[in-house]
Amino acid sequence: MRRETLLNAVIMGALLLVPLWAWVADEPFTITLATRVAILSLAGVGLNIALGLGGLVSLGHAIFFGIGGYAMGILASHAQDYSPLLESPFLIEGTKSMPVIWLVAIVTSALAALVIGALSLRTSGVYFIMITLAFGQMFFFFTISWPAYGGEDGLSIYVRNGFPGLNTLDPIQFFAICFVLLSLALFASSRISRSPFGLALTAARQSETRVLTVGIDSFRLRLVAFTISGAITGLAGALFADLNRFVSPTMFSWQTSGEIIIFVILGGVGRLFGPVAGAALFILLEHFLGGLSEFWQIYLGFLLLAVVLFARGGLIGTLAGREVAHD
Amino acid sequence: MKLKSLILAASMAAMASGAFAAAHGGKVKVGMITTLSGGGAGLGIDVRDGFMLALKMAGADNVEVVIEDDQRKPDIAVQLSDRMIQSDKVDVLTGIIWSNLAMAVVPAATAQGKFYLSPNAGPSALAGKGCSPLYFNVAWQNDNLHEAAGAYANDAGFGKTFILAPNYPAGKDALTGFKRFYKGELAGELFTKLGQKDYASEIAQIRASGADSVFFFLPGGMGIAFLKQYKGSGVDLPLVGPAFSFDQGILQAVGDAALGVKNTSQWNKDIDNPANQAFVEGFQAEYGRLPSLYASQGFDTANLLLSAMEKADITDAAAFQAALEAAEFDSVRGDFAFASNHHPIQDIYVREVIKEGDVFTNKIIGTALEDYSNAYVDECKM
Amino acid sequence: MPMSMSARCSTDRPGGCKPPGQLGRRFLMSLVLLMEQALNGLQFGIMLFLMAAGLTLIFGVMGLINLAHGSLYMVGAFAAAAVAGWSGSFLLALVASLAAAALAGTLIELLVIRRLYDRGHLDQVLATFALILIFSESTRWVFGSFPLYLQVPAALAGPITLPGGIQYPVYRLLIIAVGLAVAAGLFLLISRTRIGIRIRAGENDREMIAALGVDISRLYTLVFALGAALAGLAGALVGAIQSVQVGMGEPVLILALVVIVIGGIGSIKGALVGALLVGLTDTLGGFLLPVLFGAFLEPSAAASVGSALASMLIYILMAGVLIFRPTGLYGAGT
Repeated sequence: MRRETLLNAVIMGALLLVPLWAWVADEPFTITLATRVAILSLAGVGLNIALGLGGLVSLGHAIFFGIGGYAMGILASHAQDYSPLLESPFLIEGTKSMPVIWLVAIVTSALAALVIGALSLRTSGVYFIMITLAFGQMFFFFTISWPAYGGEDGLSIYVRNGFPGLNTLDPIQFFAICFVLLSLALFASSRISRSPFGLALTAARQSETRVLTVGIDSFRLRLVAFTISGAITGLAGALFADLNRFVSPTMFSWQTSGEIIIFVILGGVGRLFGPVAGAALFILLEHFLGGLSEFWQIYLGFLLLAVVLFARGGLIGTLAGREVAHD
Repeated sequence: MKLKSLILAASMAAMASGAFAAAHGGKVKVGMITTLSGGGAGLGIDVRDGFMLALKMAGADNVEVVIEDDQRKPDIAVQLSDRMIQSDKVDVLTGIIWSNLAMAVVPAATAQGKFYLSPNAGPSALAGKGCSPLYFNVAWQNDNLHEAAGAYANDAGFGKTFILAPNYPAGKDALTGFKRFYKGELAGELFTKLGQKDYASEIAQIRASGADSVFFFLPGGMGIAFLKQYKGSGVDLPLVGPAFSFDQGILQAVGDAALGVKNTSQWNKDIDNPANQAFVEGFQAEYGRLPSLYASQGFDTANLLLSAMEKADITDAAAFQAALEAAEFDSVRGDFAFASNHHPIQDIYVREVIKEGDVFTNKIIGTALEDYSNAYVDECKM
Repeated sequence: MPMSMSARCSTDRPGGCKPPGQLGRRFLMSLVLLMEQALNGLQFGIMLFLMAAGLTLIFGVMGLINLAHGSLYMVGAFAAAAVAGWSGSFLLALVASLAAAALAGTLIELLVIRRLYDRGHLDQVLATFALILIFSESTRWVFGSFPLYLQVPAALAGPITLPGGIQYPVYRLLIIAVGLAVAAGLFLLISRTRIGIRIRAGENDREMIAALGVDISRLYTLVFALGAALAGLAGALVGAIQSVQVGMGEPVLILALVVIVIGGIGSIKGALVGALLVGLTDTLGGFLLPVLFGAFLEPSAAASVGSALASMLIYILMAGVLIFRPTGLYGAGT
């Protein structure tokens, strides 16, 4: 346990210090890369609540990532063109303010997660994986052929949205925003896992009958977990869109869902800082593997395979030992 | 979410020029973001090879190229352009194949004061309201080849054409482009699923529609599947489409099913001018295969850049822009000029698929549009 | 619109075209087209079944969710294209596709897959996702980035006329025949043969059958190789009328997953029913929805909206089935 805490401190310290160093050394791209790690970690932290705590293997978290992204894209594009989002029955204007966008992203993705969760949680096991995949595909094909917001071409937002008192165009300041949000999400996630709710959720994952006998409705537990999970991933989607100043249906693709899962597993399922370690490792690996050959994805495949087969518990599980491993 | 860094600059440029000249003035650093892995890699590889060949043939030792794989993912492309601008400090960006990736990268890149030379994608938004003084398209505006197909359909006397394309923005632009020039009536209009590989249902509708011809835009594997299934269906109405389903890389996979099909293109290997002959021979000698449309576009892009570098220094953006606008290079297409929205004014030809020995290829049989630019010139206010 | 016959009417019978007769003919034509589309849906369904059969077999027996099934489909298609190019024989190409996919299947079963049987679905998803990356890029490394040539043999190339005047490609009828033969063969294998008995026993109680002296790991390798061979055969058969290229397996994999989930994972019968449902829904939806929207939208918009909805239709079908039957139509429950 102490080793894991130490390791967590090292991971977060590195994620904070590397961009600071890059800021001093005037290496803006390194800051961008670290921002990317922070945002994708946030998406993973969201998934980890469903996956690690609740045991819900969702192959549809790209839905919430994409909804967050499009919340940003749609609001900002209307603000950019000075065209209202809705005129009747009441006027809704677009916005370029990050806090408002975040709120919309969180609320819409939570609502989507509530509905999709309520339908999907009727199933379990591999059927749950597949029904979440099906919902993801619906969103993907819908956005591709929906002409209003660019279809497959996506939406470009020319200037990054604003945050009161900060210059978000400055890479280090935008990184700071993402880092703070990631830290908040990690804090919330750790509180949730230790709360009665989190303990009941863990118990329901390990033994359905055990929680039933004490009178807990496991369906509602899981639904709440899935909704919180979707909301956090949705926030990450809005930030990701702001990082790229662009959204497109790719955010909804099943490969995106798969990659968020990979972050979680690489780091260690159910580990609080697993997604951070996983996302950082994934992005670093690709950065360096990419230099080796045009066929670098072969190496990536072998590495992933090795992690699944030989390094159960992911990066954190391997380095910190298996004493608190979750299965 | 994947990052690839494949810096070929040193090796390729060194191979191209023998050695790096120590020249500082007039040196240009190019960032090439293109698709080198996955299913669409063939196009990116051709653009890259065409571009590098032009540098080699010109003996250009003052161009440094950083090449990266975008994996056909918009977010990766954006990340790469950020890296190239912020970290590699490139002067010019180029290489993107797909419109959706171009839409993700180009507005931000030009907003940061970088030139972007497009060797392939030409979405209408960048030709019209979203045009930029720093953005140049060396290939075509997306609608061009479809418009030419519409013009050809008129010349061929088609009066009842059935048209189909995938249901995504480029597909809709394709049908709009075709209809802009086509004067006959439509026997039917269909949008297929993006990535669809089975066209039995569409072919049955074509047969039942009483059409006298078919226009289709189905790039990549979709086109291969459609052509094979169309041939097997026994429907033998004349087909016409843009060159994308008939380029050198794809034709071999389609085989006999493509023989005799008419397609529209701004380039073919039999265009008779010295630049094109040198290009076709040079490409075959260097890479051991026939060049494709995409390779010709990469080749022209590099030569355009070199021609501008001779006339102006990249640090003087206004002068460099004027030098690019002049487009004083020997295009493999023959006559080439830029319209006021920085898209080509060029001839678009009708080609027919033929077999030369064992190799399927195209020959030019006519001209569909002469000195044509595009429909968005007036919308562009620079 | 596709079904408009007004032009034909005026040329065939100048001046004598009465509305009722025209309507009758239109109706007949539409009916024939509808029947042809139903046949196309059936055929598409059978094509999906070829792919889904191996996937559901592997899941049913070993409890393994194998995303790399699409890669085996690709291996089969590439092997067929290579052998057809070298020998010119389509039959030899089909044999090669079976052999290559079975070999690749055996190899990954021995090296990777067998370590995954005891793991959760999550590990299986990730490991087989890694296999996709390895297979795809290795294939590109060996065969290059351009699509390969694989053509239907000349003898099967053309169409024949079916009763009702429907012109239908012979090759597609062949696919229907092969699909039905595979379905029948699998039913027989499972219900009548000794291997089938062991497979069924293994599905129910793995320890018990091992205790009875059956070499369970060899049985698993065999089943996996069989499933892989079926995927490879599907790749070659379908590749001949579609396209043989890197990445061809993934879209089909998703469709096959939809099929087996609708049918109930592990059930061959479910896979057949699911495949036909998906095939018919997709084909008829893609055909009818634009016509439906055409009643109140202009043609271009109708085609666009109709096709957008049609592309979501099978996923809506799948979600609908699972909401009412959480383990699919013929699923045993998890």
